[in-house]
Amino acid sequence: MKLEENLRRRRENKEILLMTHLVLGYPDFDTNREVIAQMVENGVDSIELQIPFSEPVADGPVILKASQESLDHGTKVSDCINFAKEMVEKWDIPFLFMTYYNIVFKYGEEAFFKKCAEIGITGVIVPDIPPEMGGSFYQFAEQYGISPVLIFAPTSSDERMEITGKCSRGFVYCVPRKGVTGAKSEFGDGLTQYLVRCRKHTSLLLGVGFGIESRANVEALIGKADIAIIGSKTIKLVDEKGAASVGPFIRQLLGEK
Amino acid sequence: MTTETTVTAEGFFGEYGGQYVPEALIPILDELAAAYDKAKNDPEFQKEFTYYLTKYSGRPTPIYRCANLTKACGGAQIWLKREDLNHLGAHKVNNTIGQILLAKRMGKKKIIAETGAGQHGVAAAATAALMGMECTVYMGEVDIERQKLNVFRMKMMGAEVVPAMSGQRTLKEAVDEALGAWIEHADDTFYLLGSAVGPHPYPSMVRDFQSIIGREARQQFLDEQGKLPDYCIACVGGGSNAIGMFTDFVGDKEVKLVGVEPSGRGLEPGDHAATLCLGTPGIMHGFNSYMLKDENGEPASVYSISAGLDYPSVGPEHSYLKDIGRATYEHASDMEAVDAFFKLSQTEGIIPALESSHALAYALKLAPTLSADQTILVNLSGRGDKDVAEIEKLIASGQITMP
Repeated sequence: MKLEENLRRRRENKEILLMTHLVLGYPDFDTNREVIAQMVENGVDSIELQIPFSEPVADGPVILKASQESLDHGTKVSDCINFAKEMVEKWDIPFLFMTYYNIVFKYGEEAFFKKCAEIGITGVIVPDIPPEMGGSFYQFAEQYGISPVLIFAPTSSDERMEITGKCSRGFVYCVPRKGVTGAKSEFGDGLTQYLVRCRKHTSLLLGVGFGIESRANVEALIGKADIAIIGSKTIKLVDEKGAASVGPFIRQLLGEK
Repeated sequence: MTTETTVTAEGFFGEYGGQYVPEALIPILDELAAAYDKAKNDPEFQKEFTYYLTKYSGRPTPIYRCANLTKACGGAQIWLKREDLNHLGAHKVNNTIGQILLAKRMGKKKIIAETGAGQHGVAAAATAALMGMECTVYMGEVDIERQKLNVFRMKMMGAEVVPAMSGQRTLKEAVDEALGAWIEHADDTFYLLGSAVGPHPYPSMVRDFQSIIGREARQQFLDEQGKLPDYCIACVGGGSNAIGMFTDFVGDKEVKLVGVEPSGRGLEPGDHAATLCLGTPGIMHGFNSYMLKDENGEPASVYSISAGLDYPSVGPEHSYLKDIGRATYEHASDMEAVDAFFKLSQTEGIIPALESSHALAYALKLAPTLSADQTILVNLSGRGDKDVAEIEKLIASGQITMP
């Protein structure tokens, strides 16, 4: 799988990777372009491009609002695909799609993965299609060489982590807390124990998302996880201070001045 | 009881239903499904459920032959299953009693619920008060405005009402916010879902609690008429009163089951919520079912005069019943529902909920096409007191006239 290879290669030279996220079409595609340039030029290793859906059940208010506004001014799935193609051609990092199952279902599972392969998307995060529900979804992903990234939650049982760990490709997305995206996380002993448990159930790289805002948060993950994932924070940052503020924020997360 | 719509282990009705939810919800739903499975087969639980249905809500509700309405219409006899006579004035309490007893068994201390018209919110607030549990109800800001009296009722019984401010600010958004809150607080909180929708086990659990409607009605009809009705008719929003009515009749092939959806102002997108009539399969709120979508695949804007029916998806078992041809789904417009609302009020002295008026509206169209020895049983799922202010406003603004 291209995604796993790529991330592992990057991980060889770094103590932790940085993955960022944005909602496509929010506030608009031009700003998306600028934000991505800021991210890549300042050292981000991979980016999740979220295709907006109006019912993002795994997401909190920041991403919900961004998704809603993007849809309100007419963002189409085809616009997102064209934009992703442009980004893949321009930048040499792996891009993933994040979205919800209804979008894939409506597009057609096979057509969706075929399109991903065609434009060079390497992975997808679709949080509402657990392994039990997604027989054909995971088959088509495999067939077209796209990595479906699955999620561990603190409430997942050991048995469940075995199942999701086996089904996941590229890396496993470890959610360190209960609740939706964007809320604060604890970065204490609980997290360490949780990540030890995650590590036991998969040999894939571990990504940790939900609530990372500072260099201290990133440092807390070094040695315990492989990828720090930043979601809502950059959306808030762009809202408040504009796209140009993303670069300095990324450098700060990387421990640079 | 024989039914061909037995739910599979993962909660599918044919291809519909399922658990399309993020990982964080799966352990919570598994815990719920296991607890419900155990309770369902426990005579003590069933005894307690029956006790509250009987002593608290006043069941069994009667069936009633509308002699005047039948005469006025001509044709088939129209009967009502009087769910409006339940405590709180609607069928919703059947489900909230069942779920809150389960919540208690599971050791949960708090209840969260979503509501559209406010009927489920009121039922949730009441049963939470009854069981001494804290209750938070999520309700679209637009619905809060439309249903002020119900909001006040909930507050009187000690519930907190949280306005859902995103999107269309109606039932769909209320569900989103309630689900989000549940993921965060599932340790001590039970999500009391108001219709036969959502991820497994909700559609079958709510169906089971509501199936008391059809179970009683079927026996009552047999006792009084010595035969089964020719038609069973119920309105469909999420579809809980309809599935509750249909379930025990599904095995009786000769009984025609008809669900009636709201066609609102018309059949253009955004003017109605006739999901089964005009939708296509899609996934939202954790389950696959017929769904109204825009060209981008997003849940479409929906509209109905009745706040309890404007939902862009529908209970997954209805989708299955439609596909296998066991039930048919028709629609009635705002104006047809309003006509039925007045007709029942004026011929029988029963003011129906606007939701139930949709079912009645279809019965009024159907009856004259049938013969006098045929029978139609309509589920009168709720009483119309909550809609009186809205009707008065429509009359005052000249949008409708009192017949």
